[in-house]
Amino acid sequence: MSNTDFALAVEDLTVSFDGFKAIDALTLYIDRNELRVIIGPNGAGKTTLLDLICGKTRASAGSIKFKNTELTRMAEHKRVRLGIGRKFQTPSIYENLSVFQNLEVSYPSGRSVFGALAFKCTDEVKARVQVVAEDIGLADRLGTEAGLLSHGQKQWLEIGMLLMQEPELLMLDEPIAGMSARERELTAELLKRICQNRAVIVIEHDMDFVKQIAHKVTVMHQGKILAEGPMDKVQADPRVIDVYLGH
Amino acid sequence: MTTLKSLIQRYQLGSLLLLVLLLAVVLPLTLDIFRLNLVGKYLTYAFVAVGLVMVWGYGGVLSLGQGVFFGLGGYAMAMFLKLEASDPESTKIQSTPGIPDFMDWNQITELPALWLPFKSLPLTLILVIAVPVALAWLISFAMFKRRVGGVYFAIITQAVALILTVLIIGQQGYTGGVNGMTDLKTLLGWDTRTDSAKYILYYACVVLLVASIVLCRWIQTSKLGTLLLAMRDKEDRVRFSGYDVSNFKVFTFCLAAGLSGIGGALFTLQVGFMSPSFVGIVPSIEMVIFAAVGGRMSLVGAVYGALLVNAGKTLFSESFPDLWLFLMAGLFIGVTMAFPMGLAGLWESRIVPWWKGRREALRRAAVQPPPAAMPPASAVERPEDIGGQHLNPEPARP
Repeated sequence: MSNTDFALAVEDLTVSFDGFKAIDALTLYIDRNELRVIIGPNGAGKTTLLDLICGKTRASAGSIKFKNTELTRMAEHKRVRLGIGRKFQTPSIYENLSVFQNLEVSYPSGRSVFGALAFKCTDEVKARVQVVAEDIGLADRLGTEAGLLSHGQKQWLEIGMLLMQEPELLMLDEPIAGMSARERELTAELLKRICQNRAVIVIEHDMDFVKQIAHKVTVMHQGKILAEGPMDKVQADPRVIDVYLGH
Repeated sequence: MTTLKSLIQRYQLGSLLLLVLLLAVVLPLTLDIFRLNLVGKYLTYAFVAVGLVMVWGYGGVLSLGQGVFFGLGGYAMAMFLKLEASDPESTKIQSTPGIPDFMDWNQITELPALWLPFKSLPLTLILVIAVPVALAWLISFAMFKRRVGGVYFAIITQAVALILTVLIIGQQGYTGGVNGMTDLKTLLGWDTRTDSAKYILYYACVVLLVASIVLCRWIQTSKLGTLLLAMRDKEDRVRFSGYDVSNFKVFTFCLAAGLSGIGGALFTLQVGFMSPSFVGIVPSIEMVIFAAVGGRMSLVGAVYGALLVNAGKTLFSESFPDLWLFLMAGLFIGVTMAFPMGLAGLWESRIVPWWKGRREALRRAAVQPPPAAMPPASAVERPEDIGGQHLNPEPARP
């Protein structure tokens, strides 16, 4: 596979579970500074694709290149260290720790055993936590136990934990699931802010929300890409209407 | 945040100080040397319990094979003492003088190479920690890298405990077999069986135990401690935040093994012998019970757990030897069902709030009458108590 200018280059990616091809020879390129939304019916392989990129699932064949580094055989934590951040579908935060600790633990230093023992919460770390907390609207909740946050706040906290690492590729799996209308608006603004200087992949079902944030939309169906392009073009595509949007 | 952190630390130092007072002053003054030596023996189990707080309470990994590491530490010490006790002068009636008696009985005519390092005390002291840590590393590296955890890990550690017991009993000529290593008398010529030696060994045990607790407390308050709690809650989130989760588990498991090894060596020194009955499945599970009763999230609680359960064991097994195992099982089931956080959890969730309520009531009563009766405000409203109570990590059951 040749090197590209893309932040992420997925080529001929295939994964099969007992013969069932959840992702089938999929090719996808994501630009730097791009916010890409992936839509598609249930079972299209959207979450599996993110799992493959972050390493939760191993690919059967094909290549995933991030900044021209091959990822397919790399350990999960090493992919993170390269600059890939992944938010899970259900908020995945440390419920027993405070909001501050959740963010502090995500700060990208002291990642080895002895590094963690020697890690000091310096002013630099505190400042970074403060900046991120303000970005996700939790600056006044730093002392709160994360388990006590509302569902929407938990989603933001997890995004904040990823922002602590300043990833160059951010993958968000249904970030507005279970959010109120107001929270959705705030999240859309947050996403528009954070896609500066990094590539962002969002999986989403809410079409109004997709319209608000997407630079480009990819429609997946049965492990393959059905259509790709700007939202209005994709929405007008008869095949997309057929399998996903409905008449 | 730093003030909160320092408050937690201060709070735990308070309970540690209380423990030191009990172990170093109250017990030696009130108990005769026979009973104090028993307490010293119980305290050697407390090393294992403290290790279990780290690996089970914080790390969320239950090990049912801590007796293995306790035993390895104990045997390492026993081998040194046995060699010293087997000088050619006192073993001259053997067919091969100068080797341990059980070797002679098993027709071994030369000291096995395995025993050679234990001729030197410094080397022995290193091996007391290094051997358990090395085995723990081997087991945990193989398991955690393959992401084996939970009940499977517990079963494997239990199997290791069984294997080691069988090995020790089977290799009688090298290990003393089922009798273990007995007749340990002196350490570099110093008779460890006298009363004064027992006092010194008891205090050495207390000092090392307190040092271990401080070390573990330091680890708990470092980022590594926070990471352990985070991993127990959402292991995948930690992994996808750029951490190699298995390394942290391996470290914690090795730490617990090293502490258990120290405990085992101190056991041998204080009790004067070591045998396979401290290595196998039953002692390993008993050690988990010490930590569970004391509170698996509390280092100091684990020490009380080890003391109380062992005192209970001595008391009950003196009167009802057949019933003891059933009582022990009942205790374990009862504690985990009724107070999953053990005595320390009971203290935090019941006694501290009750005491604060009492004090609050007293303060109100004191405020109502003329101001002359008012106690100094600073003595009443000490915010650190509230902070300590609140922030003591008390997560839900994993």
